[in-house]
Amino acid sequence: MESSPAIRIRNLSKTFVVTKREAGLRAALRSLVHRRREEIRAVDGISFDLAPGEVVGFLGPNGAGKTTTLKMLSGLLHPTSGELAVLGYLPWKREKAFLRQITLVMGQRNQLVWDIPAADSFELNRAIYRIPAADYRRTVDELADLLELKPLLGKPVRNLSLGERMKCEIAVSLLHRPQVVFLDEPTIGLDVTMQRRIRSFLAEYNRRNGATILLTSHYMADVEALCRRVIVIHRGRLLYDGQLSALVRSFSAHKTIVVQLGDCQADLRAYGEVVSCEDGRATLRVAKAETARVTERLLADLPVIDLTVEDPPLEEVIERVFAQEPK
Amino acid sequence: MKELRDIYVQQFKTSFASMLQYRAALVIWLIGHILEPLISLVVWSAVSRSSGGSVGGFSAADFAAYFLVLMLVNHATYTWVMFTYEYQVRQGTLSSVLLRPLHPIHSDIADNVSSKLITLPGVLFVAAILMVVFRPAFHFVPWAMAAFLPALFLAFIVRFLVEWTLALAAFWTTRVSAVNQVYFVAALFLSGQIAPLSLLPFPVRLASAILPFRWTVAFPVELFLGRLTPVQALTGMAAQSAWLILSLVLLRFVWRAGVKVYSAVGA
Repeated sequence: MESSPAIRIRNLSKTFVVTKREAGLRAALRSLVHRRREEIRAVDGISFDLAPGEVVGFLGPNGAGKTTTLKMLSGLLHPTSGELAVLGYLPWKREKAFLRQITLVMGQRNQLVWDIPAADSFELNRAIYRIPAADYRRTVDELADLLELKPLLGKPVRNLSLGERMKCEIAVSLLHRPQVVFLDEPTIGLDVTMQRRIRSFLAEYNRRNGATILLTSHYMADVEALCRRVIVIHRGRLLYDGQLSALVRSFSAHKTIVVQLGDCQADLRAYGEVVSCEDGRATLRVAKAETARVTERLLADLPVIDLTVEDPPLEEVIERVFAQEPK
Repeated sequence: MKELRDIYVQQFKTSFASMLQYRAALVIWLIGHILEPLISLVVWSAVSRSSGGSVGGFSAADFAAYFLVLMLVNHATYTWVMFTYEYQVRQGTLSSVLLRPLHPIHSDIADNVSSKLITLPGVLFVAAILMVVFRPAFHFVPWAMAAFLPALFLAFIVRFLVEWTLALAAFWTTRVSAVNQVYFVAALFLSGQIAPLSLLPFPVRLASAILPFRWTVAFPVELFLGRLTPVQALTGMAAQSAWLILSLVLLRFVWRAGVKVYSAVGA
């Protein structure tokens, strides 16, 4: 284990200056002479470290500053203030040695050339990243195998479906086996099967290469499957940084009890908030502290066929975290 | 060096393959490219015939030779980088380019050279037809012929670097098409595309000699046609070299400043 972090951020901030203008002709004319400028703090003093090989979920509502942070980390944006180092490099200098060790996968970032087969774009990246021929062949085989790309590589990219194209985009971004991988919504717009495949692929990539991965996603299934640690930001400020399980524990005041009964005749309101009851299968929401007691009573009072206690869905937990005001 | 060659080989392959996907667009572009000198040729031949066979030392056959060579030189030196940068900055695709461990100018050079090679047979075919129809008069001067290729090469490099630098205006304004428009109108007059520069008034000639326009188009044309003295040829190549150095310096400076702006306001 290396002791120095792969990513180190201290008090990182990014402020954008935007010109503001009210609607209407008068405002339009006034803005010709005098423009009102306004500062927007997209990222406002965040700090965290990522150890080499860590896979961390980067969460926050739209506009929280996630993409801005990823762009600063990959070297596209110059920070307004604060310290930042990725693999010991200052990202915004975009040194070649740095760029060869990282990748940024974004929905709107297309590396593949639209009109030619993906395999040709792969070859171009091989040359640009100076990947030795033997390594290149091995990596392509491995990626093609893990992502099932074989039948896709020979087709012009414009003829691929969204999911197929995303798989090829991820593959072309990883050909040079980057040590640090930034992923911005890698599974957005994909069906469940494809999401699952990309998830297991990322886990495998991390395992094989020991790469550090920072990913944003609106699909909590992605985060649950890949990340033990999550970092939550809101309005540019850090809300939470720690284990996902601890986040769930501290932010879910409720548990869900699902009981299978013979029918829905019994009045369950005495036990907790009834979320639903269909074909004798009832879902109850109870305060966490009450869970054990309620479960006991249910089993004693009613002809229970089956009973499970579950944490609320992660979406619900995250919503509660977002509802907190940044400190 | 070997790596850079590998990059160019791959870049040529991709550019070629992409461009061959748009054969119709290439043909339309080619027609436009040929029409412009053709119109000038027809107009000036008519003017020359109606004013007793010669205008400012150009006979109808001289005009034919001038615009024919102009078409070929223009084909060898023109670029369209000014349009691609506006698009790339607006669409945000420039971010991909910036994250590659390679200066983006390389792929632009490869793209431009491939398109020239692909359309070259078409241009040569048209040139052959124009030869038959307009019967141009060539006065070949051996030393000038020898100097032509280096002059043409310098013209291409300078025009590419200047237009690439101008394309970077996209970093500062979203209205690059206005900048392009001004540049193209100026180029039309000052680079000898509307008429041979020697027929234009002195202020225009002066402007074209101070700015890079004359050196990127008209100079190689005049050299090929044997209309320059050895001293004029050497002066021209010195001017080209000076512009080469100046445009390289400008490019580096503007590129750095532009990327700084880009990474400050939102990539």
